[in-house]
Amino acid sequence: MATKASRSAARLMMAPAVILLLGWMLVPLVMTLWFSFRTYLPLRGGDQGFAGFDNYVRFVTSSAFWPAIGATLTIVLGALIITIVLGVLLALLLDQPMWGQGIVRILVIAPFFVMPTVSGLVWKNMFLDSVNGLFAQVARMFGATPVEWIIDQPFASLILIVSWQWLPFATLILLTAIQSLDREQLEAAEMDGATAWKRFWHIILPHLSRAITVVLLIETIFLLSIFAEIKMTTAGAFGTKTLTYLIYQRVLESQNIGLGSAGGVYAIILANIVAIFLMRIVGKNLDR
Amino acid sequence: MARSISQRRKTINTVLAWSLGLLIFFPILWTILTSFKTEGDAIAYPPKFLFFDWTLENYAIVQERSNYMRYLWNSVIIAGGSTLLGILVAVPAAWSMAFVPSRRTKDILMWMLSTKMLPAVGVLYPIYLLFIKLGLLDTRTGLVIVLMLINLPIIVWMLYTYFKEIPAEILEAARMDGAGLKDEILHVLTPMAIPGIASTILLNFILAWNEAFWTLNLTAAQAGTLTAFIASYSSPEGLFYAKLSAASTMAIAPILILGWFSQKQLVRGLTFGAVK
Repeated sequence: MATKASRSAARLMMAPAVILLLGWMLVPLVMTLWFSFRTYLPLRGGDQGFAGFDNYVRFVTSSAFWPAIGATLTIVLGALIITIVLGVLLALLLDQPMWGQGIVRILVIAPFFVMPTVSGLVWKNMFLDSVNGLFAQVARMFGATPVEWIIDQPFASLILIVSWQWLPFATLILLTAIQSLDREQLEAAEMDGATAWKRFWHIILPHLSRAITVVLLIETIFLLSIFAEIKMTTAGAFGTKTLTYLIYQRVLESQNIGLGSAGGVYAIILANIVAIFLMRIVGKNLDR
Repeated sequence: MARSISQRRKTINTVLAWSLGLLIFFPILWTILTSFKTEGDAIAYPPKFLFFDWTLENYAIVQERSNYMRYLWNSVIIAGGSTLLGILVAVPAAWSMAFVPSRRTKDILMWMLSTKMLPAVGVLYPIYLLFIKLGLLDTRTGLVIVLMLINLPIIVWMLYTYFKEIPAEILEAARMDGAGLKDEILHVLTPMAIPGIASTILLNFILAWNEAFWTLNLTAAQAGTLTAFIASYSSPEGLFYAKLSAASTMAIAPILILGWFSQKQLVRGLTFGAVK
């Protein structure tokens, strides 16, 4: 149906977006790869030549590497489990008949629109602070000793903040998925005497599996690169240096570009492994 | 009988959902309330919930101390500029992919999505260096370009899924009636595409507004956005909860309101059509 002329017009219309994204992807990527093979310290002697795979080896053998992987996994997994489990429960609840559903939805979604620097600072100071934070004040009311959350429980603190930010996203997506469920099937199951638990386990959960996978993958990609929340709360102290934060420090704080770039390449590979799975699901959906 | 049971269930649902909703919303509510307290009331023990001397002085202090208006303006220019620029580039691309699909359309879409997966920190130094060399560090132009590029895949995808929903039959009918390409675009397609474009603009404006990695690392005093404005409160100085709250409220209020209108688009825009 499409003529030759319209095909070339289509190509022309696509060109700006394709060229821009190609440049955005290739130029920095090639530069990162290049730097990762150099000994490059802008503040201490500049570019000191080819380094082979030294940076790659040093990055993974440095004493900061495994703790960073551990911190990354702790935060990502912690937030994933909390947001998905609570997200499913909350979505199930919000799907039920109630008064003021629209308002409740608005309340639940709100944290997603709070910028990361605000959530980091507000949580750290006004809630988690051991002297004047609200948590400490409530603890005191019950005669308990306030906890120095950011220092003694840095991971719990960060997981709390990040989960608070991402629970709305999970809930909203899962709620959308639940609403597309075939009501008749559920009613039929109820008629046949299936308990609420059985209906959840055999009908609702399988129906949600794809939405859960999508939430899992998208959140993982975003959570792997959380930055402002850490910078505003622990600034990487107390063992909360994630892979992203470690690379940031190597690059901008200690200005060891070669080493930081090698770390960057590892982060890109890691993100791509997650991305492949997400792309498969999205791609399948595109065919339908 | 059945009715009263469902009525009771509805009541339980309502109470439960409202309690959880308020619990989740509470940190925001507390921040807004604290912004109207004096610094003394902000840390009072036991905490004061509603009964305190309401004051607006924190808002005045925050504006005076760090020139809120400039950061706000930077946020508006950078979020708005990057979104509009992205739309300009993405509309033709999404348009041609939706209406003149070829064998490679799917691959191009998937590839665009993959560029969104590139972790920012992996390319931090190259971008930083390019910004220095090109004189873009701490400029609004630089931020507009970077935020446009990081959100471009989402913009193209959202527009594509909206355009896909415009039925091809309408185009054919218009052609039968002798409409030229210009009429086709201006009078048939554009009116149908506008809601989709508006939703895309809304969601991407929000995403750009809240972006914190590049805005923190590539700006300073000149082009700083509201994310950077808030970051200036990260070193505590005496009593500052009320001021922090006022600054935070001012930074999130505009987007919170816009955000509530964008719930539906959020699902479409951030799942790339994988959840409907």
